[in-house]
Amino acid sequence: MAQDDDAEASTRSTPLGLRLFALYLALYAGYMGATVFAPRWMAGTVAGINLAIVYGLVLIVVALALALVYLTLLREGRSAR
Amino acid sequence: MIYEASATATVVFAIFVGAVLALSFYLGAAAKSAKGYFAAHGDIHWFVNGIAFAGDYLSAASFLGICGMIAFYGYDGFLYSIGYLAGWIVALFVVAEPLKRLGRFTFADALDARFGSRGIKLAAAVSTLVVSLFYLIPQMVGAGALIKPLLGFSHHVGVLLVGIVVILIVVTAGMVSTTWVQFIKGSMLIVFCTILAGLILARGLRTPAEGEGFAVRPVSSVTGAPGTHVLAEEGAWAGKPYVRMADEGSGRVAVWRKAGSDVSGNELLSEAQAVTVRAGQKLIDGLPQGKRKGEHDLRPVGHVAALPGGEAATGSLGPLDFLRTVGGSQIVLWGSEKIAEGDGSITTVYFQKPTAGRDVLLPGLSPTFKGLRDDGFTWAKVDFLSLMIALFCGTASLPHILIRYYTVSNQAAVRKSTVVGIASIGFFYILTLFLGLGAMTSGRLDLTDTNMSAPLLAEGFGKLLFAVISAIAFTTVLGTVSGLIMAASGAVAHDLMTSLLKMDLSDREKVRAGKIAAVVVGALAMVLGILFKEVNVTFLVGWAFNVAASANLPSLVMLLFWPKTTKQGITAAITVGMVSSLAWILLSAETYSKVYGWKPEASPMPFSQPGLVTIPLGFVVLVVVSLLTQRSEARA
Repeated sequence: MAQDDDAEASTRSTPLGLRLFALYLALYAGYMGATVFAPRWMAGTVAGINLAIVYGLVLIVVALALALVYLTLLREGRSAR
Repeated sequence: MIYEASATATVVFAIFVGAVLALSFYLGAAAKSAKGYFAAHGDIHWFVNGIAFAGDYLSAASFLGICGMIAFYGYDGFLYSIGYLAGWIVALFVVAEPLKRLGRFTFADALDARFGSRGIKLAAAVSTLVVSLFYLIPQMVGAGALIKPLLGFSHHVGVLLVGIVVILIVVTAGMVSTTWVQFIKGSMLIVFCTILAGLILARGLRTPAEGEGFAVRPVSSVTGAPGTHVLAEEGAWAGKPYVRMADEGSGRVAVWRKAGSDVSGNELLSEAQAVTVRAGQKLIDGLPQGKRKGEHDLRPVGHVAALPGGEAATGSLGPLDFLRTVGGSQIVLWGSEKIAEGDGSITTVYFQKPTAGRDVLLPGLSPTFKGLRDDGFTWAKVDFLSLMIALFCGTASLPHILIRYYTVSNQAAVRKSTVVGIASIGFFYILTLFLGLGAMTSGRLDLTDTNMSAPLLAEGFGKLLFAVISAIAFTTVLGTVSGLIMAASGAVAHDLMTSLLKMDLSDREKVRAGKIAAVVVGALAMVLGILFKEVNVTFLVGWAFNVAASANLPSLVMLLFWPKTTKQGITAAITVGMVSSLAWILLSAETYSKVYGWKPEASPMPFSQPGLVTIPLGFVVLVVVSLLTQRSEARA
């Protein structure tokens, strides 16, 4: 039953979630730190686009990537049983 | 600026609102029980719920406010996009699933699941009400801003119209119709903004043709024009960098700003625009505001002064090329200065501020974050950190987002719908960068209303697109407002009346109580929407995030991860977080200048975003109070 599946997955979801959360938190903190402490570095460019824009876009894309990783890992964990 | 109402806009608008209302009435028949009314029976499909998340979240503030902020200040608006999205990571990885396990209808349920304490119920319900109201203000302001150009009504009428339609939606069908409205609106918003971004890229960038845009000329060619004379630099104008030219025929007074000199040493003047308020009358360049003969109106602004390589137009550009080209261009932004004259009139001079594109694409251009790029310590840096923390922590504490976890059947569905939400919201926030920069260079901005930038940008691509985008934005307001009012109504009927006051309500009575609460909250929101008219809506939402994060996040997180948390700790943390962040906002320089009309320097607060201080404060209070109340808890 879907309900039981769900209960099993949820016992493992918290530690995995927290690990992924820590990863993203580090990336986000890096962004805040670079903006405040290294504004000149953020003004540097990659392929003609400045790092502030690139880092901002990366934060958005990585959020989605981690969310998909989370979903996939939980699903695989369940089907392996 | 004065807008002309268009018939197309009115028709499109009427179709949208009519469709939304019809859907509500249709679904209303299915939502008679409390579980139906407050949680849509808990059987919404995860994909629909995920897009509805986007519908809830991409409010008027995201759409109108961020586009406006980017259009006027560049990167500083994009900061909000980044922070708003990052907050979803907290929601997905930390809060969502445990919350779903613990609660039934509201977030107070979840907080109180372990304790059964009336203090927690009360504090959580009040904080839900406060945050919802705070979040409602910008939605109402956004509605007022939209209705003006769309239907030609005043701000007040716009606010009242939204209020009434939303109350109808909520009262007829509660969470079921709210969810479907959000789903439809979320999808349409994303589709049409994608189209708009595509049109911007296809159009590319260009510099204004001869006679378009705003002039920068040598002094002699301005002051020597026939039929005009220079007004003396007297009174408040003495020592200011302006030259005022009176036209003897029309009586118009054109203001020019001294703008340095060109390569051959000729002094230059750049064309400015002046808005004077004298004895309650609004004058533009010295003439009454209007479109008829003998009147004058502000001209729309926003142009590229020079493209890289001296080109006149780029033709269509890819997304990355677009960013590169903006970075290499010279863009004309606008500054303003207030001049108070002896006769009690106040003139705001709006002047051209040529800005290098590479500066536009870095944070620190808006007044709030001025000083962010300086070396060493500045309060702007603290303000920035505080905002980014509040946005990060705020999403997972917003009551109208939290209640959406109760509309799906189980935790797997919660997870999947959150991921769908992140995908659609993230995509939309990437679009905002292009919409904002497109508006900045569209030549259509209204200097007095940043919130109108996105619809005005759309107008550049034709009346129909303008009508559709405005109608979507308006539906956006309707959707978000109905979600917020649902959250508030749940807090009153479920948390306050049933759980706290132990009123013995039948299912049907509970639904009725929720509906009455919805009407009251809706009315309150209308009043506040009229009061806060002047403030950029994204700025207001930033504050709602601050209050939500300060009041709710410490309790949510600690309850889930710290076994020693006590009921007194939670109650105290919610109360202190809510009161301290609210007080801070009401005393901040922004509120002083934009809401009370006082001098911003008089504000006792060193920066305007409280989150950096008040979120940790909430955690500290929770830990201290919990430790102090350990024993009483054990005895109980």
